[in-house]
Amino acid sequence: MNTPQASSASYYAAAYQRLSPLLPGGGLGWLTQARRAALARFARHGFPTQRDEDWKYTSLAAIAAARYDLWPAACVDPLAGVVSQRALAGAHLLVFVNGRLHPGLSRPGDLPPGVRLNSLAYCLEEQPASVDPLLLLGAAAAAFADLNLAFMADGAYLHLAADCHLAAPIQLLFIASQANLAIQQRNVLWAAAGSSACIIEQHVALGEGSYLTNALSNVVLEAGASIEHYLLQQESPAASHIATIDVRQQANSSYSSASFAFGAHLARTGITVALQGEAARCSLDGLYLTAGRQHVDHHTCIDHRQAGGTSRQLYKGVLSGASRAVFNGRVVVHPDAQRSDAEQSNRNLLLSDKAEIDTKPQLEIWADDVKCSHAATVAQLDEEQVFYLRSRGIEQAKARTMLSRAFAREMIDRVACSPLQEALDEALREKLRVMSC
Amino acid sequence: MLDIRNLQVSVDGKAILKGIDLQVKAGEVHAIMGPNGSGKSTLVQLLAGREGYAARADAVLYQGAELLGMAAEERARQGIFLAFQYPVEIPGVANVYFLKAACNAIRRHRNLPELDAIDFLALIRSRLKLLGMDESLLYRPVNAGFSGGEKKRNEILQMAVLEPTLALLDESDSGLDIDALKVVAGGINALRSPQRAIVLVTHYQRLLDYVVPDRVHVLADGRIARSGDRQLAIELERTGYADTPAGHPAPPASRA
Ligand SMILES: Nc1ncnc2c1ncn2[C@@H]1O[C@H](COP(=O)(O)OP(=O)(O)OP(=O)(O)O)[C@@H](O)[C@H]1O
Ligand SMILES: [Mg+2]
Repeated sequence: MNTPQASSASYYAAAYQRLSPLLPGGGLGWLTQARRAALARFARHGFPTQRDEDWKYTSLAAIAAARYDLWPAACVDPLAGVVSQRALAGAHLLVFVNGRLHPGLSRPGDLPPGVRLNSLAYCLEEQPASVDPLLLLGAAAAAFADLNLAFMADGAYLHLAADCHLAAPIQLLFIASQANLAIQQRNVLWAAAGSSACIIEQHVALGEGSYLTNALSNVVLEAGASIEHYLLQQESPAASHIATIDVRQQANSSYSSASFAFGAHLARTGITVALQGEAARCSLDGLYLTAGRQHVDHHTCIDHRQAGGTSRQLYKGVLSGASRAVFNGRVVVHPDAQRSDAEQSNRNLLLSDKAEIDTKPQLEIWADDVKCSHAATVAQLDEEQVFYLRSRGIEQAKARTMLSRAFAREMIDRVACSPLQEALDEALREKLRVMSC
Repeated sequence: MLDIRNLQVSVDGKAILKGIDLQVKAGEVHAIMGPNGSGKSTLVQLLAGREGYAARADAVLYQGAELLGMAAEERARQGIFLAFQYPVEIPGVANVYFLKAACNAIRRHRNLPELDAIDFLALIRSRLKLLGMDESLLYRPVNAGFSGGEKKRNEILQMAVLEPTLALLDESDSGLDIDALKVVAGGINALRSPQRAIVLVTHYQRLLDYVVPDRVHVLADGRIARSGDRQLAIELERTGYADTPAGHPAPPASRA
């Protein structure tokens, strides 16, 4: 009998043998080589276990044991309704169904000159010279990144030319509809010097099936570029969602991300930001709401490599039922990164005594002239406030929901894009309704 | 309206109320006075449904129904309102949203149609005017960053919107300037009616010049030590509580 680990390696190896002729970019020697190397690394190391410090609180046993389909079947579900319900007014919309671009449902609209927005598969097949190998290969070698590299078939490819400003947001809507599918999605977001854009990456599901999204985004900001990156995770309640975001920033660039984790049974978002140029700035926000037996994990790592960088992190969580959340915020300040300024805060509201949060700041500071702060709080609802509301006739469950919403709203108020704000508020209400039952 | 017989309350094993008897009829205004720590807030909070007390009584009846064991929101829906001595700040919840939720929760209970945003705004504007309050307070988070006086007025505003049958006002006059006191008193008097009853907890005779009580009680060491008409309040203003027989049952008749 094989160990699960060994058998999952051979499962993926066999799948690769079968699928490699179908994967995009088959004509690119460097890519095929990289895919094979990634698969070989995966075969050696397998999925991380809870003995691995980075995965101490998050078990991947279910993902390791699963034998996902790695190629989507033709989707026969009607999707127009979901798309019109989710499409944000005025956004440049790309729709991906089970990991593949769906041109019929997409509405990229008029893009100003200097903006290339495409399907990654199309770029690899039709414009391979436009894809920088370093971009695709750069992400940290880790199990999910390796699987993604080996099997990635599509995703969004965005390139902003220098000084190009995109006024309307780009909405990347990922719809999962096929149970037991592993979606290996790869996005490339590349902002040349002085350009700017707002990107909304949204994951939704048709139905309540169990599947895996393994999403990897490579984000590059050249000098003075600016990107707002919103992650809206509303996967099916049985799904697993693993997102890896690898960000590299040159001087004076600005990256802000906000991660809203509402769905999935198991979710992990890992954001790694390298401040590679001076005076680069990043801001990471997060809001997670967990119910039932959900498990939501955020791992961030901000690498201050050059002087004068600024990083801000604010993550808030509301946990109910027997759910569990993990926040691990790592900040590294290299010896050359003087005058770095890093703030990190993680605030949690526990609505049930069976819910559990593991929160851990991790500061590694090798420079002396730096400002670094971190704070983590875990609190329950204020019973004085609950009584005050009840004494005005508001029933207990409603009072608790009002107070939870007040706690969470701050993260939505910080969102600059107003159609998104409305969609988030609606998602928050819906989630709190589920949590109050 | 309210009939309390031999109410005893303790918190964490410490006796706070040691046998209260109090009857309030519809149409009446009762004032409760008494030294700090004598149990006044405990009494009204218990009546409003605060949990965490160990309470025993022969009866605590409101409109004939037993109150002990009834949920706070249920009491509010049946018409009990407590103006808090220390109104609670709720950051992140807009005052107007809170007031509308409360108003509609109570209207639902009374089988009245819920008010939509427009009707509610019309109602609240008329009440704001009555209390000389600025509309901007509506859009701020509940009590957060309100001055002491603004918080007290906000309590009276809530009362004016919810129109309770039994209003319990815990030191609604404390910390008010003289103009604000008149406004708050006006708000209370506007609520007075033969169908309603009001219990005022206060330390000062001043409020009672504007809201004239039918009965005045002195609470001392967990018991009603004295009861009388408004003359008792005037007398206490002069003499203080020094000769109030703490720990002894109230004398049967008032001294007025
Ligand atoms: N939750 C509690 N835990 C412990 N002691 C309490 C609690 N609540 C009230 N007490 C005590 O009960 C006593 C009565 O308090 P209460 O607030 O009812 O007094 P009060 O008459 O309203 O006083 P004041 O005039 O200062 O407002 C005080 O000694 C107080 O410390
Ligand atoms: Mg008091």
